[in-house]
Amino acid sequence: MTITIDRRRFIQSAAAGSAIAAAGAIFPGISFGAWPKVAGNTGVVSWQKTPCRFCGTGCGVLVGVVDGRAVAVKGDPNCSVNKGLCCMKGYHSVQALYGTDRITTAKIRKNGEMVEVPIQEALDLVAAKLKETRDKHGKDSVAIYGSGQWTIPDGYVASKLFKGCLSTNNVEANARLCMASAVTGFMTSFGIDEPMGCYEDIDHANVFITWGNNMAEMHPVLFSRMLANRKRRTNVKIIDFATRLTRTSQAADTSILFRPQTDLAVANAICHEIIANDWVNWNFVNEHVSFHKGKTNIGYGTEDHFAFTDQDEAISFEEYKKFLADYTPERVEKISGVPAKDIKYMAALYGDPALKVTSFWCMGMNQHTRGTWINNLVYNIHLLVGKISTPGNSPFSLTGQPSACGTVREVGTLTHGLPHGVVMNEHDRQMAAEIWEVPVANIDPKPTYHTVEMFRALDRGDIKFIWIQVTNPMVTMPNLKRYREGAKKDDRFIVVSDVYPTPTTDVADVILPSAFWIEKEGMFGNSERRTQHFAEIVKPPGEAMSDTWQIIEVARRLGFEKQFPWSKEDYIEKIWEEYRKFHAGPKHEMASYQVLRARSGVQWPFVNGKETRWRFNPQYDPACTNGKDFDFYGKKDNRAWIWARPYEPAAESPDSEYPFWLNTGRVIEHWHTGSLTRRIPVLHNAVPSGYVEMHPEDAAQLGVVNGEKVRIISRRGEIVMPAQINGRGVPPRNMVFVPFFDESYLINEVTLDAFCPISKQPDYKKCAVRLEKA
Amino acid sequence: MPVFSYLAIPKSGAKETLCTELANLEHCRIMPADNHEVVVVVTDTPDIATEKVLQETLTGLQSLQSLSLTFGFDDN
Repeated sequence: MTITIDRRRFIQSAAAGSAIAAAGAIFPGISFGAWPKVAGNTGVVSWQKTPCRFCGTGCGVLVGVVDGRAVAVKGDPNCSVNKGLCCMKGYHSVQALYGTDRITTAKIRKNGEMVEVPIQEALDLVAAKLKETRDKHGKDSVAIYGSGQWTIPDGYVASKLFKGCLSTNNVEANARLCMASAVTGFMTSFGIDEPMGCYEDIDHANVFITWGNNMAEMHPVLFSRMLANRKRRTNVKIIDFATRLTRTSQAADTSILFRPQTDLAVANAICHEIIANDWVNWNFVNEHVSFHKGKTNIGYGTEDHFAFTDQDEAISFEEYKKFLADYTPERVEKISGVPAKDIKYMAALYGDPALKVTSFWCMGMNQHTRGTWINNLVYNIHLLVGKISTPGNSPFSLTGQPSACGTVREVGTLTHGLPHGVVMNEHDRQMAAEIWEVPVANIDPKPTYHTVEMFRALDRGDIKFIWIQVTNPMVTMPNLKRYREGAKKDDRFIVVSDVYPTPTTDVADVILPSAFWIEKEGMFGNSERRTQHFAEIVKPPGEAMSDTWQIIEVARRLGFEKQFPWSKEDYIEKIWEEYRKFHAGPKHEMASYQVLRARSGVQWPFVNGKETRWRFNPQYDPACTNGKDFDFYGKKDNRAWIWARPYEPAAESPDSEYPFWLNTGRVIEHWHTGSLTRRIPVLHNAVPSGYVEMHPEDAAQLGVVNGEKVRIISRRGEIVMPAQINGRGVPPRNMVFVPFFDESYLINEVTLDAFCPISKQPDYKKCAVRLEKA
Repeated sequence: MPVFSYLAIPKSGAKETLCTELANLEHCRIMPADNHEVVVVVTDTPDIATEKVLQETLTGLQSLQSLSLTFGFDDN
């Protein structure tokens, strides 16, 4: 048998596997007895493990390689995340390696034209420009902007170079756009970041409430596990609480729609109802909870240099109860459009001591001008009834990117962050300086720019040099026109490391060819505190180089050989073992490099060879030391904090001039801006172009039918795109939804750059637009 | 040499007929589900012209309710 025939067989197997996976998502428990098992190493195809890189779930996949080329994918049965399942993006993921327009050589702009140069010449120019800009304009005139798709070593060396060596806190990542509110939610409620639960909660819960979270499309493998749980047991319900109808709504037992932004009021109403019916778990609350309030009427950050610092104040339970008096279900029905009976129904599910409840959320709650607050409010519900940190009882914030947790939250690649703690804390700065072997004075104690403000600073000229890796901000920034025009200004210098041409490489002065995913070694960290290692499985094309090594090359050119001494043979191992020192101790101990290499992911804290499934619970968490049934050790009072946070309206709401809500998001077929998945023929052909979802009555009123062009106009810009009516998603009247995967339709020219004043995360789900038939 | 896979849903009560019809087609492999009215179909044709004919035949089957594409690959 020749290799060609074997390769064909494996393509057929992948085809069958895709169909079976799709069937499994639609018909939980479906069985195909005839499916021949393709297991083990055939001697022709070699299989190696890696996490999938197309969302934050962290599914383990096995990549089949023939003659140095990745030809097949199957789910990794040893990975507890997906237990052998994959979604359509996972099954087709390796095809993203082989698009015909891969960037394989470096390019620099000469006389307005991009010309190919050897990568070493491009790296020389990057280092020289960085130094020249810093010397001329000061340390905070240079910046790096990365991503939740950065590997952990990528983010670590970026932080070490910019914060430790170049003394600027101008380090940000696109995860600011997707999960910053989850971080500030955790920090304000628990004093420590990342979920207390894990995906095993899905196997134990009786009730799932998805808060503005279309899991069927965004986290399909986890959603399949929920459906399988419901199929297997008799007492499992899924409640979809959302602003538009989606595939999640279709599969849910109950679908409840709310008006945008009013989830704040509904969450408070649920707490009101829990207290009114005395469903409070008093033993838990008295022992483990304290009550607090913060500032109100806190603004929306739409102006340059916006600054806000919250101030907490302890309050009593009685004061909290009085605060909730405004949020009766009947009053909130008027604000939210959610019938009082539905609010009472959800409260009863949370309040029933016999039911285990898991709440899931992602962008709907995080991309919210009160994102921190709504995270707090859902924790409030779980804390009032004591449904937390035990199997099946979990408030669970999901992430969208493969290493938003691992690289951005844990390594601290945000302006205020460090690999352990924050730049404002002297002890944390000292720890970083010691491990990085730099003077402590190098690390500036003052954060600089969060993402939106970083691109505003680029537009203003406060930042002159920016290096963008593994992300596509010229598609994803809200109020995009301003930031694209800013990036194109004459004296700005833009370096972009990427694998394909994008609207961001269009504005670059230097393009560096990056190794993609399994073309390099690295680690990701998923939504459930799981670190996942992957080896270099195939060689990168041309002169493509890992983002980590690009930064090391530039650091050495700037004279930091001592801080970046590693060899190409073992730099990932050495970086990991250095980074791991930051997290020593039972609250965040990480597994060794050898353990990560051997396993399909390891959850931290990893203490004495044991992973921690549920934090704050001494049955599972070795960091608990108070001798009680729970230990919320993140806060100084050893308690979880319930916050009195009010409902406040969105930054911009529909009015007579702009009468529609605009909501933006994703579809299952495409990853973020589509620069990868649109180069995978099956996925591209499934959803080849962007569209605007409309309610059929709004479409009829406007006089458009499916496929006809609609002009969407906001105060910032306008876009013309085809209508989709009664498609997979249906918004309510006076709302339209647009996915952002298609760079031909830059919907973010229309969106608003308002953000949560605490997390600084923009709200991509709410702004006002008007529609015209185009 | 295109390879495709589909989920085929038969008309009510027609799963067996559909399986027979599909099994008789060249370049077509099937896997009926054990416990649902669903059939996985994998096609592997030598060229685009044959693929086009096969697709027309598939969509014309009387016992077929719907056909959903789940995978596609073409060496070219």
